[in-house]
Amino acid sequence: MAITSDVPSGFGALLRARGRRLAEMALTPHDPDDFLDLVAPLRSGAPLRARIVEAQAETRDAATIVLQPGRDWAGHVPGQYIRIGIDVDGVRHWRAYSLTHGPRDDRRISITVKAVEGGVVSPFLVHQTRPGTIVHLEQASGEFVLDADHRRLLFVTAGSGITPVIGMLRNLFPVTDEGVRPHSDLDITVVHLAPSHPDSIFVSNLEELGASGAITLITHYDDEAGFFDVDQLADLVPDIADRVTYACGPGPLLDALRTHHEAKGLELQVEQFRVSTITPAEGGSVAIAGQVIDVPAGTTILDAAEAAGVLMPSGCRMGICMGCVLPMTEGAVRDLRTGTIVEARPGETAENGVSVQTCINGAAGACAITARN
Amino acid sequence: MTAVTKQANSPISHLTPEDIEAIGRELDEIRREVMESRGEADAAYIRRVIKVQRYLEIGSRAVLLVSIFPPAWLVGTAGLSIAKILDNMEIGHNVLHGQWDWMRDSKIHSTVWDWDSATPVDLWQRSHNETHHTYTNIVGQDNDLGYGIMRVDEDQAWEPRHLAQPVVNFLNMLFFQYGIAAYDLNVGQLKGVPMKDRSPQWHDDAKRTMAKVKRQAFKEYVLLPVLSGPSFLTTIAANFTADVVRNVWSHAIIMCGHFPEGVQTFETEAIDPDETRGEWYLRQMLGSANISGPPLLHLMSGNLSHQIEHHIWPDLPSNRYAQVAPRVRNLFDRYALDYNSRPFIPQVASAWHRIVRLSLPNGWLQKTTVRNLPKQLRLLAAMATSDPATRAALQKELDA
Repeated sequence: MAITSDVPSGFGALLRARGRRLAEMALTPHDPDDFLDLVAPLRSGAPLRARIVEAQAETRDAATIVLQPGRDWAGHVPGQYIRIGIDVDGVRHWRAYSLTHGPRDDRRISITVKAVEGGVVSPFLVHQTRPGTIVHLEQASGEFVLDADHRRLLFVTAGSGITPVIGMLRNLFPVTDEGVRPHSDLDITVVHLAPSHPDSIFVSNLEELGASGAITLITHYDDEAGFFDVDQLADLVPDIADRVTYACGPGPLLDALRTHHEAKGLELQVEQFRVSTITPAEGGSVAIAGQVIDVPAGTTILDAAEAAGVLMPSGCRMGICMGCVLPMTEGAVRDLRTGTIVEARPGETAENGVSVQTCINGAAGACAITARN
Repeated sequence: MTAVTKQANSPISHLTPEDIEAIGRELDEIRREVMESRGEADAAYIRRVIKVQRYLEIGSRAVLLVSIFPPAWLVGTAGLSIAKILDNMEIGHNVLHGQWDWMRDSKIHSTVWDWDSATPVDLWQRSHNETHHTYTNIVGQDNDLGYGIMRVDEDQAWEPRHLAQPVVNFLNMLFFQYGIAAYDLNVGQLKGVPMKDRSPQWHDDAKRTMAKVKRQAFKEYVLLPVLSGPSFLTTIAANFTADVVRNVWSHAIIMCGHFPEGVQTFETEAIDPDETRGEWYLRQMLGSANISGPPLLHLMSGNLSHQIEHHIWPDLPSNRYAQVAPRVRNLFDRYALDYNSRPFIPQVASAWHRIVRLSLPNGWLQKTTVRNLPKQLRLLAAMATSDPATRAALQKELDA
């Protein structure tokens, strides 16, 4: 039976490929998709898009946007996020938002957005979304996702390792003016480690979630409590044996956690951030897409290149979603959050370049980045 | 027109360096205002033009499938001609200039766009955006001045071959898309250079150009006619007509931009290597000419009817040129500069007049009357058949 069912589909596929080739030749230099997009933007085979079905106001400054994704939408698992491209005042902006609901029967998806004061996209989505608008989409991504079976969780984060966890927690607990929306069946403890109490939006978010009771927050700052030892973990989290641990931070901490959890037979999932130290230059020039762009100190490569008219991929613009990653073939960039330098040396580093997040990196001297096309 | 700096009464001699910098600052300010006000309405405009072009193109091609019926042929050919003109002028030229890059639309962007023209876009962008827009009207540097094959300035030495340039220009008009492709490959300047001595880069460019020419020609003159079945021949005729209509129209518009009488040219020696922004602006202002007319003319010309504004700000969205034109004209008036703008017919006629006039030695046409015609013709024949030294001596007679 396999043969009889395979032949027509194989033949059909061949016919479709031939038909497409013919259409391409008949419409060159335009793409058949350019014409099909006029009438069927959500069809199978089209670049992924979605139609906004409705915007449900959640609070005065937050809304849940329901989207009908195109035919090729591959689905998602809880904890994943999507990148959405939407035109605000004529300019396409890409942002990453966590998917608020698990997969739904009607194939629709939704994101819950809080209007960020002074922001561009979030106030637009919350207040000016028009049903029927077509937005651009990428398939759900994020490998650091929650297993649906895990209901009692422990997050251990260190330094900038907080970022993917915040993305996940924001998804689970949309923050609105009326406070944090609680989650009925999750019991989450977060242990956050840092050399000292940092002044960062992510830590504020975490503290907000802790204050609302949505999570149990335990912080450990080395300057107040001394150097952290993983053996202290059991004291900080008495019910650690009932929880699955998700950890994100620098290598040495993750190694210590692995040893610790293995010895106790506890479940652990990790996400590692690489760290290296080189003295940063202040700003620099970036060669990209045939242009050489001056990136002043403190400015991200993404912002500078967009201002120069380069077509840049982007997403969360805060270093979480990896939607802005491009290969750097030469030179050095500096992580503006941590001061971390990443270098690419032709002949030494990978031939197709070192991946850098343009949304949180500035130039550290001259560097060359390959635009996606 | 002799290069501006060689003229006895230079049209810019009354400007002080401070004036020129003030002009530059004023133009920078207008640019800033427009750039900051770009928004949803502008984006909607270009998307609407693209949408209309696509429906018009696909609709016309569908109608031409039955072009054996004369009314279908007429409607389809007219529609396709307009579609091709919109594709090249208001959409292609301007998108490829990066005028719409600010929208960050991954489909409407100077790095991904392609157009219905024989030349590959990156070659055109190099010769047009970089060379022509930077070295506008500098004799010897801007090949758009006569496309490297014609004499369009008194300062270019007259040679006997120039006698043929009205015919050359006429043929270039009919097959303009191929003329542009040849021009982007520097064919004129490389004449006489053996193939083996041309750079590998040039051979690669030439190969890509030929590949595109073949793809386009196969579509227009083989595939679509075959798909038309009984309308095979009429579809070929329709597609050929639409190509020629587009060629003739775009050639006319582009001639109007820099060739009409009164447009100034410049010489390399007179241009300071450290040319200021104000001086650069001034060169663009005097080196271009506008076409006045209704909004439809502006649309069909890709807003190159606002050539002056386009040359001042090549990356301003095309729909904004009309909006800033009155302010530019006012600036010209205040500084007593000649804003070269006339309706389509006089401007095309003026450009052709220049082509014809300069196909002849300097001063020949002006000095020729019905009475001295035999004598003048003998002089022309002598110049056409003599060596350069004798030619120069005979030219003195005309200059006298």
